[in-house]
Amino acid sequence: MHITQGTFSYLPDLTDDEIRKQIQYALDNGWPCSVEFTDDPHPRNVYWEMWGLPMFDLEDAAGVLAEVNACRKAKPEHYIRLNAYDASYGKQTTALSFIVQRPSEEPGFRLDRQEWHDRTIRYTLHPYVADQPHGERYNGHK
Amino acid sequence: MADTDVNGAKKKKADRWSAGVIPYAEMGYWMPDYQPKDTDTICAFRITPQPGVPPEEAAAAVAGESSTATWTVVWTDRLTNYETYQAKAFKVEQVPNAENQYIAYIAYAIDLFEEGSIANMTSSIIGNVFGFKALKALRLEDMRIPLHYIKTFQGPAHGIIMEREHLNKYGRPLLGATTKPKLGLSARNYGRVVYEALRGGLDFTKDDENINSQPFMRWRDRYLYSMEGVNRAMEATGEIKGHYLNVTAATMEDMYERAQFAKEVGSVIIMIDLTIGFTAIQSMAKWARANSMILHLHRAGYATYARQKNHGVNFRVLAKWMRLAGVDHIHSGTVVGKLEGDPNMIRGYYDTLRLLKVEKNPRLGIYFDQDWGSMPGVMPVASGGIHAGQMHDLLHYLGEDVVLQFGGGTIGHPMGIAAGATANRVAVEAMIKARNEGRDYRKEGDDILKAAAKHSRELQVALDTWGDITFNYESTDTPDVVETPTSV
Repeated sequence: MHITQGTFSYLPDLTDDEIRKQIQYALDNGWPCSVEFTDDPHPRNVYWEMWGLPMFDLEDAAGVLAEVNACRKAKPEHYIRLNAYDASYGKQTTALSFIVQRPSEEPGFRLDRQEWHDRTIRYTLHPYVADQPHGERYNGHK
Repeated sequence: MADTDVNGAKKKKADRWSAGVIPYAEMGYWMPDYQPKDTDTICAFRITPQPGVPPEEAAAAVAGESSTATWTVVWTDRLTNYETYQAKAFKVEQVPNAENQYIAYIAYAIDLFEEGSIANMTSSIIGNVFGFKALKALRLEDMRIPLHYIKTFQGPAHGIIMEREHLNKYGRPLLGATTKPKLGLSARNYGRVVYEALRGGLDFTKDDENINSQPFMRWRDRYLYSMEGVNRAMEATGEIKGHYLNVTAATMEDMYERAQFAKEVGSVIIMIDLTIGFTAIQSMAKWARANSMILHLHRAGYATYARQKNHGVNFRVLAKWMRLAGVDHIHSGTVVGKLEGDPNMIRGYYDTLRLLKVEKNPRLGIYFDQDWGSMPGVMPVASGGIHAGQMHDLLHYLGEDVVLQFGGGTIGHPMGIAAGATANRVAVEAMIKARNEGRDYRKEGDDILKAAAKHSRELQVALDTWGDITFNYESTDTPDVVETPTSV
C-alpha cells in the first residue's frame, strides 16, 4: 500500500535536489516552510508532530532541506511531510504539502463496516499500525 | 426644477405630473450628472434600442422598468420620496464595432433590495424589463454590488480554504469525474465507477445534473452504493474522497430529506442544479453550512440566457449571485474543452469567483471594481471535453484553485477507469512540480507529460489516445475590446 496524501504522491519519490526546488518555490512566494512527522497515517489525522516551529525567517532552501534531513535521521520510519504556509490576507492556510519520507513498509488500512438500519453502513477507516502503541509502530522505531 | 435639457433630463415639475405617457428620460430616470454612491448597486446593461429610440431614452426606460416605473404617470409616486427609489441611468456608451449597441450604466439605491435575497434583487434587475418592447435586446453584463449589500449575504457555505483544509489537499487543482453514462446505470454498477475513479487517483466523482431519482436508479440506492465506493477508495489510498450526491428534487422537502441522508451516510459533499432556483440554492447553502457539507452547484440551464452576446445575463453576473447565495463549487468553463468559453472571459469569471478584490478590466469583460470584503471564494469547476494531454493549458488558464473534471477522459481510458484516473493525477502532479521548479511549463508541456509518462503507463496510454484532441471553435461571447479565438 502506498498512501497518496500530499501534492506529489503519484510521482516517483522526490530527490533532495527536487525537494530543494520546491522549497525554493515556496520561499520565492514568501511562504515559510515547516517539517512534520507522524506514525499515524489516518487521513483525518490533521496534527502531525511538528519538527520545530515553522521556519518563518529562514530564507535559504538548503537550510530547510537540512531540517528535512535532520528529521529523517531522527525519525527514519515515520512519515515526514514538508509544508509551505501562505499567511497573506484571504489565504492564511497551507499552500503546498508533500510527503518527503515514508516508512519502509506501509501496512495500510482496514475498512470497518457497522451494518446499521435500512441498509445503511457506518464506515470507519482503521490504520493497521494504530493497533500498536506509539513507539512500537513501523518496526519499533520511535 | 430645471427645464428639460437636450439630454432629456427633468421636465418642469408641473409637467412631470401631468396624467399620460411621458418619456422615461423626462421622469428622472436619466441623470447624466448623477454621481453613484458607494452604497449603490451599479449595473452595466448592453442595450439594443428599437429603431428611433435614442439610447438615453432606452437606458432610462431600463432604469424605470427595473425600479419604480410603470408605463404611465401615477400620482401615488408623490406619496413617496420617489427620487430615492428611482434607478438612475447616468451614462451610455456606444459599443465599439457593434451597430446600435450601447452599454448603459444604471445605479440602484441600497434600499431597493431586500437584505440577503437574490430572488428580490433579481426580480427587480432582470424582472419585467427583459421583455420590454422599446428594446430589441437587453443583456446584463456586470454588476457592482456594494460591500454594504454583500455583507447581508451568507456567502459560500465553506469556501475554497475551508474545503482544502477539510479535504487535506493543497497545492494542486482537485480532480473529478462525472459518472458516465449519465442515465441507465443501476446503483450497484454506478458505485463501481465511483470506486474505480477514486481509487485510481481522483479526489471527487460526481452525479450528473439529470441524475436525480429515476426508475432505473432511485436516489437512496445511489447514495448507499456510491458511499461504499467512496469508502473503499479511501481504504485503498489513505486519502479523503468524495462523491457529489445530487440532491436536486421537485420540492424543498425532498431535497432536505436527500441532503439529510447524504449526511447520515457520511458524504463530505452534496450537489444541486441551478434549475432549482435562487431561493432553493440559498436554502441549501444555509443547510450546507449548518451541516458541514460542501455544496456543489451544476449550472444546468445557464446557457439558455448567458450565451448570446446581445440578450440575457452574462455568466459573470450569475457567478456573483452564486457566490452571494453561498455555493462552494460552480461550473465555470474550461477554455480548452468542448463547451463555450473565451479565455479572457473565463479568466474574468474565475477572478470573480476566487478573488477578494477584482479590478475593472475590459479585456476580461469586467466593467467594475468589485470589493468582496472577506467573503470566501467559490471553487470553479472545469468540466466538459478535457483530458490529461491538455494539463499545461488547463493550469495556465485556470490556475490551482479549481476542480478539473475529466469524465470521458477518465472513464474512456482503454485500460479502465482507475487507469484513467491515475493518468490524470500523474499529469497534474507532474505539471505542478514542473511549474514550481520554474520551468516554462506552458511551452514545455508536452515534454513534461511525456517524461512523466515514462513512470506511468496509464498516462502514456492516455496521451496516445487523446493527445491531439482539441475543440477549436470561435466563442459567441467575447469581450468587446479584443476578439480572441479559443484555439490554444
